[in-house]
Amino acid sequence: MNRRQFLLTLGAAATAGGAYAWQQDHGKTPPLPPGDILGASNTVGHRLRRMQFPEPSATEKTPVIIVGGGIAGLSAGWKLQRAGFHDFVILELESEVGGNARSGQNAITAYPWGAHYLPFPTQESRAVRELLADFGVLQGDPYAVEPVYDPRYINFAPQERLYANGLWHDGLWPQVGVRQRDLEQYRRFQELMGEFQRQRGADGRKAFAIPIDFSARDPDLLALDRLSMRDFLLQHGLDSEPLHWYVNYACRDDYGCRYDQTSAWMGVHYFASRDAQARDAASDDVLTWPEGNGWLVKRLRERLEPHLCPNAIAWRLSELDRAILVDTWHARENRSIRRLARLVIWAAPLFQAPRVFRELAAARTTAIAEFQYAPWLVANLSLRGFPQERRGAPLSWDNVLYDSDALGYVVATHQQLAVHQEQTVFTWYHALCDAPPDQARRQLLETPWRVWAEKILRDLSRPHPDLRALVTRLDLVRWGHAMVRPRPGFVWGEARQLLLQPQERVLFAHADLSGYSIFEEANYRGVLAAERALTALGIPFGSSCQVFGAG
Amino acid sequence: MEWGAPSVTHALLFSVFVIASCGLTYELVAGALASYLLGDSVTQFSTIIGTYLFAMGIGSWLSRYVVRGLIARFIQIELAVGILGGFSAPALFLIFAWAGAFRLALYLVVLIVGVLVGLEIPLVMRILKQQFAFKDLVSQVLTLDYLGALAVSLLFPILLAPHLGLSRTSLLFGLLNVLVAAWALWLFRDQLPGQRWLRGQCIAALLALCAGLVAADWLTTLAEDRLYADEILLTRTTPYQRIVVTRWKDDIRLFLNNNLQFSSRDEYRYHEALVHPGLSAVPGARRVLVLGGGDGLAVREILRYPTVERITLVDLDAEMTRLFAHHPLLTVLNDNALSSPKAHVVNADAFRWLEQNTETFDFIVVDFPDPTNYSLGKLYSNVFYRLVEKHLAVNGVAVVQTTSPLYARQSFWCIARTIASAGFNVTPYHAYVPAFGEWGFTLASRQPWPAPDHYPEGLRFVTPATVAAMLQFPPDMGPIDAEINRLNTQILVRYYEREWHQVVQQ
Ligand SMILES: Cc1cc2nc3c(=O)[nH]c(=O)nc-3n(C[C@H](O)[C@H](O)[C@H](O)COP(=O)(O)OP(=O)(O)OC[C@H]3O[C@@H](n4cnc5c(N)ncnc54)[C@H](O)[C@@H]3O)c2cc1C
Repeated sequence: MNRRQFLLTLGAAATAGGAYAWQQDHGKTPPLPPGDILGASNTVGHRLRRMQFPEPSATEKTPVIIVGGGIAGLSAGWKLQRAGFHDFVILELESEVGGNARSGQNAITAYPWGAHYLPFPTQESRAVRELLADFGVLQGDPYAVEPVYDPRYINFAPQERLYANGLWHDGLWPQVGVRQRDLEQYRRFQELMGEFQRQRGADGRKAFAIPIDFSARDPDLLALDRLSMRDFLLQHGLDSEPLHWYVNYACRDDYGCRYDQTSAWMGVHYFASRDAQARDAASDDVLTWPEGNGWLVKRLRERLEPHLCPNAIAWRLSELDRAILVDTWHARENRSIRRLARLVIWAAPLFQAPRVFRELAAARTTAIAEFQYAPWLVANLSLRGFPQERRGAPLSWDNVLYDSDALGYVVATHQQLAVHQEQTVFTWYHALCDAPPDQARRQLLETPWRVWAEKILRDLSRPHPDLRALVTRLDLVRWGHAMVRPRPGFVWGEARQLLLQPQERVLFAHADLSGYSIFEEANYRGVLAAERALTALGIPFGSSCQVFGAG
Repeated sequence: MEWGAPSVTHALLFSVFVIASCGLTYELVAGALASYLLGDSVTQFSTIIGTYLFAMGIGSWLSRYVVRGLIARFIQIELAVGILGGFSAPALFLIFAWAGAFRLALYLVVLIVGVLVGLEIPLVMRILKQQFAFKDLVSQVLTLDYLGALAVSLLFPILLAPHLGLSRTSLLFGLLNVLVAAWALWLFRDQLPGQRWLRGQCIAALLALCAGLVAADWLTTLAEDRLYADEILLTRTTPYQRIVVTRWKDDIRLFLNNNLQFSSRDEYRYHEALVHPGLSAVPGARRVLVLGGGDGLAVREILRYPTVERITLVDLDAEMTRLFAHHPLLTVLNDNALSSPKAHVVNADAFRWLEQNTETFDFIVVDFPDPTNYSLGKLYSNVFYRLVEKHLAVNGVAVVQTTSPLYARQSFWCIARTIASAGFNVTPYHAYVPAFGEWGFTLASRQPWPAPDHYPEGLRFVTPATVAAMLQFPPDMGPIDAEINRLNTQILVRYYEREWHQVVQQ
């Protein structure tokens, strides 16, 4: 080696060393932030399965009992109250009502644990419109074609962006690096969905309506239910990769299933059912709050406070001659209470009914066995600062990653009016749909916090390399039975139809009954059950469920 | 001392070590400087190392032409390397700031230093040749050469560059080169003809480098001052923004996040136009609200009205209001307005503050930064103006800084329309402020705004006649279609981005 070579080597080594040191400096992995798995429902689930509850030590009489304080149960209570009926309780196993629409709160902001937005309600979603008017979200005539919504609750711009090819794109459709034929297919798909949206059945009903009950039943439309959404695309000659990603994403995000596991009827429904208008807003804008639909839960809770009975598990339900017996276990006092009711509204998930409800008809038990549930994982990450923004579209409310098995994240502080925000909370969503539900659920429950935390931070560090160092806390909620899966054949299959036939004294009211889970369906099922209860009790009311004189 | 004594040999070998470390230092200094000033360090380092090695090759080759007076040549080369290499960093800094043609100078310096350094080692070897067997000579010299280089390559990033800085590092090593020359001069004093001349050169070089070391800071500032054109009086980085105040002659300027907020030469135009047309239209106004405007200049104008009892200033940044309340250079500008007993400073987010307060005001000044992003865009939304409306007394007037109707015409009319949509009568107007160009404002009131027929004493810009002219919009600034800025579209941010982008491209 001569002097020149030596110097050259040294120089190269210095540069490489510098680069390495820089990388070290920047690539040093900070330790995991503190965090926990929240929620009690899993241990409670175990208890329910083994039925380890003490016998009741007191008896009360309550004319109407609502089991489950999710959106369905709370909406049922809201309707009863509006009709001037106050003799009811809402039993909720968790310490807080809200179910899948629960939310959390820390020093930075409120944030969602599940449901985080509500599209503008359709003409058929009368009860939702009335509810929103009741809470001042909808101003003026609730049944207007183009209602006015409080602009503070309409999702602020920028709404959504997509991280693909190392760049943030405006909206959920990649704009850079997409070929002409992909764009053409995308346009064709949009046209096709537009046609479905305008389509009416033989009876004049919308082909795809929200609530699903208001949809036309023409056989050629229902035939779509026997197809998967993926096959639907292929049958229409749509094979573009980004289009398939897009439709698959929509199914995973809304139904917790991949598009090849989703009924094509349900897949089309996602794109063709939301036709509601709003004054001064685009029809695909949505209503949202920092805590997501948890804001609506808070309003409902304020109204229903005296009726709420949290930390109360309904573990036995039995039809007696003159009453229905509901036994609940109260975790705090570790004792059971027996309640005797004239009517019960079952607003807890359907799969729990056979365990609790002894006299449930065998046909119904069999039908309920047809219901499959998608497991979900939701994480809330508290951040001491916003990650550095790199190339492309600015931080939006919904931020989606193209190459990820998760669903991206929502920014809880986005909907706040304050202009300067130092800290924030990201809510990260993941529907576990790559394994059969039972297996995925086991994986969800058996994977320790540490492993999930690593996965989540890795997922988010791709667009945000500096994210990990900013996270001050990472909490998880595992939704083992988050939502019913609208798999092919199920949505318009016999099992669901059988369960839709009303029973006399135990009224089913969970969103599960609709075959897919959204706020409007939960609200509709709850209000419908409440109206049936009111009818049975002979109490007059104005219906929120009748649009075409049919339900 | 006798030539050939072991101590002399060791001394010469030691100087090889020093020479080697100096040589590498200049290379690293040039590389670091180039990446600092030009960016892209990998490119800068590799081209500089390449050039340097090539130049050393030329030097080695040239060494064959040095035949007579080996020692004197060696000393002169050392002096030349010392001066040239030593001053390379400060000189390049100054060239970058003052002269341009920086790249040319950079590679020229690297080339010449490289040639000289390339000459050093062959000459030392030939001086030492009489002393060693060739084999030993090569091994000894090269070992020390490598060791010297190694020492510097370790010291440079850890100690020298971060603690001494580039200028002082290069000057210090220049000094070492000159000391080697001085030492050689002393060692070989018996064999050297024309010693005095060489000694003179040595002393001159020593003095120059020492002076350079003393003046290194001053040289760097000289360069940086030039880079930032104006004298920087003060900089603060707060959680919200970077505040920079500069002075050029008697002009003091405030920059927030590099955006010019005012120039003391003409800010009176801006603030008189902002405050008086509105406030003079509310006779007997008592309660005034200023949103934004932490510099206190609008407050200064408001204090001209004796009827005003209370001015509430809501600005996010406590550091900003603190500076403009206490810093002597800045309080001169706002006449100590923020220390007035009438002025009440609230450091809060304006949107939140309006939501949480129920007070009403006779006059409201809305003076926010332009809607350059979605966060600031919220402060120009219909929801925000509805909130302002709730805080305005029945006969009150509000005024809104509305960006430039000339450069951002659609943005300007978008804001005016949005204010109108909140249930206001709007009166748009504009004024010429040299530091900004043509600038726009919008008055908002429940009843049509009555043009005041007189204004406070002592104004330099606003008179009934100038205000009448401000209300006229020539065709190039006249009303055009624009949507209302709503939170769910933030259309204004898009307008603004497009329009200012075009301005910058022109
Ligand atoms: C992660 C996630 C994100 C979602 N995002 C959205 C969204 O953005 N928009 C949207 O419209 N929908 C969303 N959904 C769908 C959501 O499920 C519905 O909007 C709606 O909240 C369902 O309400 P529900 O009352 O039918 O059911 P649930 O929320 O399941 O309510 C059932 C309640 O019953 C309680 N319960 C269960 N067993 C018992 C018992 N034995 N005794 C007493 N109480 C019991 C439960 O604790 C629970 O509170 C999301 C769902 C999940 C899981």
